[in-house]
Amino acid sequence: MATPAYIYDALRTPRSRGKKDGTLHEVKPIQLAAGLLRELQSRHDLDTSQVGDVILGCTAPVGDQGACVAKAAVQAAHWDEAVPGVQLDRFCASGLEAVNMAAAKVGSDQEDMVVAGGVESMSRIPMLSQGGAMFTDPDFVIDQHSAPQGIGADLIATIDGYSREDVDAFAVESQKRAAHARDSGWFDRSVVPVKDENGITILERDDFIKPDTDMQKLGALNPSFAQMGSFGYDDMALAKYPQVSRINHVHTPGNSSGIVDGSSAIMIGSEKAGRDLGLEPRARIVSATVISTDPVIMLAGPGPAAKKCLAKAGLKVSDIDIWEINEAFASVALRYMKDLDIDHEITNVNGGAIAMGHPLGATGGMLVSTVLDELERRNAKRAMISLCVGGGMGISTLIERL
Amino acid sequence: MGEFAYEKDADGIVTVTMDMDGPVNAMNAQFWPLFSDTMDRIEAEQDLRGVIWTSAKDTFFAGGDLNMLKSIELDGVEELFLSVEATKAIMRRQEKLPVPVVAAINGAALGGGFEICLACHRRIAADDPKTRIGLPEVTLGLLPGGGGVVRLTWLLGLEAAMPFLLEGRQVSPDKALQAGLIHEVVPADRLLSRAKEWILSVQGDEAAVTQPWDDKGYRIPGGPSTAPKNMTRIAGAAAMLFKKTRGLMPAPAKILDIMTEAAGKVDFDTAQRYESRKFVSLTPLASTKNMIETLFFGMNKVNGGASRPKGVPPSRVECLGILGAGMMGQGIAFSAAMAGLPVVLKDMSIEAAERGKAYTAKLLDKRVGQGRMTGEQRDAVLALITPTDKSGDLKGCDLIIEAVFEKIDVKDAVLAEHESLLAENGIWGSNTSTLPITRLATGSANPANFVGLHFFSPVDKMPLLEIIAGEKTSDETLARAFDFARQIRKTPIIVGDSTGFYTSRTIGTKIIEAVELVAEGHDPVRVDNLSRQTGMPTGMLSLLDEVQIKLVVDIYDTQVEMGLLDPEREQNPAARAMLAEMISQHGRHGRATGKGFYDYSDQGKTIWPGLAAWRKEDAQISDRDIQDRILFRAVLESLRCLEEGVLRTVADGNVGSILGIGAPVHTGGYIQFVNTYGPERFLARCEELAAQYGPRFDPPEILKRHVAEDRAFA
Repeated sequence: MATPAYIYDALRTPRSRGKKDGTLHEVKPIQLAAGLLRELQSRHDLDTSQVGDVILGCTAPVGDQGACVAKAAVQAAHWDEAVPGVQLDRFCASGLEAVNMAAAKVGSDQEDMVVAGGVESMSRIPMLSQGGAMFTDPDFVIDQHSAPQGIGADLIATIDGYSREDVDAFAVESQKRAAHARDSGWFDRSVVPVKDENGITILERDDFIKPDTDMQKLGALNPSFAQMGSFGYDDMALAKYPQVSRINHVHTPGNSSGIVDGSSAIMIGSEKAGRDLGLEPRARIVSATVISTDPVIMLAGPGPAAKKCLAKAGLKVSDIDIWEINEAFASVALRYMKDLDIDHEITNVNGGAIAMGHPLGATGGMLVSTVLDELERRNAKRAMISLCVGGGMGISTLIERL
Repeated sequence: MGEFAYEKDADGIVTVTMDMDGPVNAMNAQFWPLFSDTMDRIEAEQDLRGVIWTSAKDTFFAGGDLNMLKSIELDGVEELFLSVEATKAIMRRQEKLPVPVVAAINGAALGGGFEICLACHRRIAADDPKTRIGLPEVTLGLLPGGGGVVRLTWLLGLEAAMPFLLEGRQVSPDKALQAGLIHEVVPADRLLSRAKEWILSVQGDEAAVTQPWDDKGYRIPGGPSTAPKNMTRIAGAAAMLFKKTRGLMPAPAKILDIMTEAAGKVDFDTAQRYESRKFVSLTPLASTKNMIETLFFGMNKVNGGASRPKGVPPSRVECLGILGAGMMGQGIAFSAAMAGLPVVLKDMSIEAAERGKAYTAKLLDKRVGQGRMTGEQRDAVLALITPTDKSGDLKGCDLIIEAVFEKIDVKDAVLAEHESLLAENGIWGSNTSTLPITRLATGSANPANFVGLHFFSPVDKMPLLEIIAGEKTSDETLARAFDFARQIRKTPIIVGDSTGFYTSRTIGTKIIEAVELVAEGHDPVRVDNLSRQTGMPTGMLSLLDEVQIKLVVDIYDTQVEMGLLDPEREQNPAARAMLAEMISQHGRHGRATGKGFYDYSDQGKTIWPGLAAWRKEDAQISDRDIQDRILFRAVLESLRCLEEGVLRTVADGNVGSILGIGAPVHTGGYIQFVNTYGPERFLARCEELAAQYGPRFDPPEILKRHVAEDRAFA
């Protein structure tokens, strides 16, 4: 990048069940996001007028999340009126796309300081509220063989030979790591408690994690996509994968990402902008990329994306200290490790979305904060962050601690 | 010791009769354990077939503990939140009981009282038309935090719930039935038997014990807040609220927000918690405390007779005479007749007197048209007013109020002609806003019974009556004037006979200060708008146009002529000169002639271009100074009235300034303003303003004394 883009801070809300009984259901999406903006401002005594843009990912930009939720959040946080805002949607990659776009804006000198992240209140605006051709236009669905994500996840497991035990074991480990990291206070720097207008805490830490998860409990769960697949989606997917005799439906609510509410906000800027604002850079964005692969299997993009990201940076797999792959489904992470030939020991070291949940548009930004904290804790250097994305896309961002 | 009397009858129906300490049942410290224990006991019952809530008092239940609520500061908000949530949890248990629960509403059920009713499966009220039902919290800067916002929105729908929640409308049982707030109205002696009858009639009926919000098939009337037509309506309501509150009173906006969340964005229980958070957020705000202080406690003090001389037995006027059937006279006649008081309305000609009575007919017809009154009720009220042109018809009236032209000689003449017609020991009331009562009383044969009764226009709408004690007015006369005010449902303040009494004197200062700003060369539009943004109902220049510049100038000249004012000591000479010039050189008389500070036409008003002559482009002043100068003049004048004994109580000043002369409601009135500002800080600011703008901002002694003694005005 022409001008290096630095990460000055990376915050996120705790995550909670994205249903009406979830702790964050009562919080409006703009307040989830505005709470983080206010925290950035107070933590850094930030002159907000110096922020050139606020980019927030959100995959269901309707209702409470409609009408440019990013600009509304900026105003709700009572930031300077000079600060613009934009919402973007690249499905599950939206939060990381926001980070990458911010890096590009800074890298190209279009902006000096940008806040990027995302927000998703899945309890208020359930998935598919936004409609859209990708999954609901019958003409498109038939023409493109556009099956729900879970079908693709099960297809990956079938092709790669991941058994139910394999995916469940991965999920148990995710829960264990997430609980340990949370309880050890490793998330405390970046997780900003959500408070009401009185200052009363609504949610202090992630409360979606289920530390008592074990193989037995997970084994008792029914597959989520078997019935859906039998309606015809399996046939749609297999039409493109004739070598597979049938899809092994291994994914359940226990080994898939949780539906949660949450928000993330990463402050990204040039070296000079940071200096002018009196900020210490924490990391540099080395390279970023987005690619697309087969939209039918849909979730196989992260590996190729990470490889392209490495190539752009002129680095090898062994140059990366820790890897973060969004746990949309266990098979996605297993495929990613296989593609890159990396060990689970250095992948998702503090658990992932299976344990903590995946607030679609916000997750990418959340992963940046988790990974950055962990690089600092380990005194390590580089991390790769990747997510699978609707339509077969994959996204990656490579960061380097300073 | 207060109790919830608990009685289970042979049918297995429990009747809980609330009988708390004090005159009413209320959500105070005593309430929670009583409510909680009672619910435990109900839940533990065997063979229970139903529950009835009723009260041993004249009223059902009064509402929240305002003393407690106004004492909440920021550090107490979380504790309050938890206790509100705990109370709501019990209400939730109540409505989830498997047996029918009835509120037998035997008298007023307001605020928290009605919220308890909303958490019952059926609400039956006794048919007493004096009973008031509603959620008036918003009128005190609060919101119904006991589930009232959420439940009423679910019950009535967004649109229909708005007047009850956003305006705090209170209604009689009949109207409550019509609006869907309650299910039944029955004769008082049938209340409990009907409640039992209903309980027995719905045994085993699941639907009867399921609240709408717990019924999966229920749809909120008018649809959810997320429906496009409702989103438009909600946005419009938000704009209307801002117009009304100018952002200075947060309660209605928070209520609308809760309604929007409740009606389709979050589930019932989440909305309940959201409501609790919004409710407690209001309690530490100055605007809330001010409104509770003045509009509740202050009003109660004033109406309860804090300024009424002690030891005078209560009295009633049996026959009211009114001289002059013009705007004021006809309004007084209406107010008196509405209270059931016979009125003789006299003018120079019978036609003029009839016209005065026709005013009442017009107002009553409107009520009949709106269904607020029956034809018979209208005729009965109208029959109380006897129009006449004969003095003799006033004979025997125990109170005569003259509402004739505001000129000393005219007033003297009517007094001379009619005073002898008064009944033995009758009272003469002079409706004047500016003429000294002591002077007017010099013509009276019985000055002890001569009193100033300053009504506000339009009388039928304005709730204040300023009672002015002349030098010789007796305590008995003041007390009887007070009783008369209460009889016709006005709120009376008793003030001394200084020039302009309390209200005219005080309103005059803020108006003339606004003119002063314009005379100094500042932008008149800015001055007018900024004065309105303080929370006053209208901008000061617009107000001056409304009351007529000419009238203000004439009154001033008269007061100077009478030696009541010394032009040498005038505090705003530039403003006085400007007004005089506007009248004499430019004919800018005010709104009535279409020419004042503004030009008025069918298209609305535009600022008079002629004001450019006073404009100085280099005149500099901050928005804050403009607003403070206008507000502080009124506040300082109120303090001086208190110091001089023109005001007898702080409450009279606060209530009088809000009801009579447009003090911003959120300040709690012109004396409470100082308490909120902080007497010490206020004094410092006065000194700043005095140094920069003149001695009219000098802090009065009473202020210095309160600061020295570290004492609020109470």
